[in-house]
Amino acid sequence: MIRLNNVSKTFGTTCSLDHVTIAFNQGDAVALMGANGAGKTTLIRLILGYYHPSSGSVRIDGRDPIKERTEILKQVSFVPQLPPPIKLNVGELIAYVCRSAQVTEAAIYQYADEMRLDIAPNRGKSFFKLSGGMKQKLLIAISLAKQSAIMIYDEPTANLDPQARDDFYRLLQHNEQNKLALFVTHRIEEVKTIVNRKIYLDLGKVVSDETC
Amino acid sequence: MNNLLLIAYLDLKESLRAHWFMIYSLVFGGLIALFFIAGITESQVMGFSGLSRLLLMYIQVTVIILPIFILITTVRSISGDRDSHILEYMLSFPISLKQYYWGKVLGRFITVFLPVFMAMVIAVVYGVFQGADVPWSIFFLYTGLLFSMSSAFLGIAFFISSTVKSSEMALGISFFVWIVLLAFIDIALISLMLQNRMSEGLIIAIALLNPMEVFRVAAISLFDPELTVMGPVAFYILDLFSQGVFVVLSILYPIFVGVLFAVAGYRVFRKKDLV
Repeated sequence: MIRLNNVSKTFGTTCSLDHVTIAFNQGDAVALMGANGAGKTTLIRLILGYYHPSSGSVRIDGRDPIKERTEILKQVSFVPQLPPPIKLNVGELIAYVCRSAQVTEAAIYQYADEMRLDIAPNRGKSFFKLSGGMKQKLLIAISLAKQSAIMIYDEPTANLDPQARDDFYRLLQHNEQNKLALFVTHRIEEVKTIVNRKIYLDLGKVVSDETC
Repeated sequence: MNNLLLIAYLDLKESLRAHWFMIYSLVFGGLIALFFIAGITESQVMGFSGLSRLLLMYIQVTVIILPIFILITTVRSISGDRDSHILEYMLSFPISLKQYYWGKVLGRFITVFLPVFMAMVIAVVYGVFQGADVPWSIFFLYTGLLFSMSSAFLGIAFFISSTVKSSEMALGISFFVWIVLLAFIDIALISLMLQNRMSEGLIIAIALLNPMEVFRVAAISLFDPELTVMGPVAFYILDLFSQGVFVVLSILYPIFVGVLFAVAGYRVFRKKDLV
């Protein structure tokens, strides 16, 4: 499904990813771990087509995520570690998602309900004025409503209380079958029940790749 | 609604809510409306020279304020979104880079042009109610000139915004561009002429390359082509071209500059790492 072949990414003199060859397949639920600066975010951004590899290639279903970004992104959901300070109000953000990614509002509302987030009273509020937890819940609801074949979560529970974390993992368990899920995490305890593969990165290299 | 129009619409809505837009509209639009209103009403009392004086004030304000307002409000459009990771999230949806970039350009163009245009409309409406003759030729020329100057600086701003990684750096470059272009209107050119270090042709070429100078000369030319307040370079330019040719050039050239920079900015945006 996703194949990185001998991929390196350098920023000036800093090598962030160093000749990494790795494949992620349908049904994989992967915990990507490593210290800060290990290359986890770089790896994610290469998959999302944000970075041009310095060498090597990235392919998703045989396609280049930079050249065919819209086709690739139709099947990818992404939740960043920290919700960005988007200045659109909640209704506008939902409209953006629905129109660009062919997601229905009803689906977003449904997953938001499951995450115990009531969108209706917050629809006219600026997204960045919501609390950290509310923002993260909304982004998670959007990611699940998109029904993507590839789900990428970068520390998705950083802003969530224990109840919301439980809700999130429960929803994931129902939604990750026959999909590929990548979790960037520092807390393996949290995701150990939902992942079947653990990858450790260090200094831009894959140092361990375990199936569990 | 296709994605380009969706991006433009959302950018427009976001801008209309922003504090900078309120200040932009109040300060700039209000000031222009005030000058126009004063110019139209004063002209009936004071005659030609009074109008010229007031419009000259207006031109000075427009030449200085419009470019810097456009630059500082637009230059963070992409670089600011990149800094705050908004771009990372918004581009995780299936929107093409072309749709995103040109949608932003369209939305921002409407945002910066609309208050300036509306200020003139209000001035004309006010003038009609006051019983003044509406100077339609001036109105249409100014609309064209403001449109073209907005295009030029919007294109430059988007080029800077997509080229530079941080919004702080983008702001710094904007000020630098503005100061350089401001310096190369008559003041610096006069000193060059006086010192006679460059040929007249080169000085005129420098003046004609500068969209701010082209705007200034064209704006003055319609009122008083022989007046000394326009400065020696402007006088020389209007002596070189017929008024009609120069007016057409003064509208088309800044649009060309704006499109050129906007396209260059898009190419950089597409080729570089996005975040």
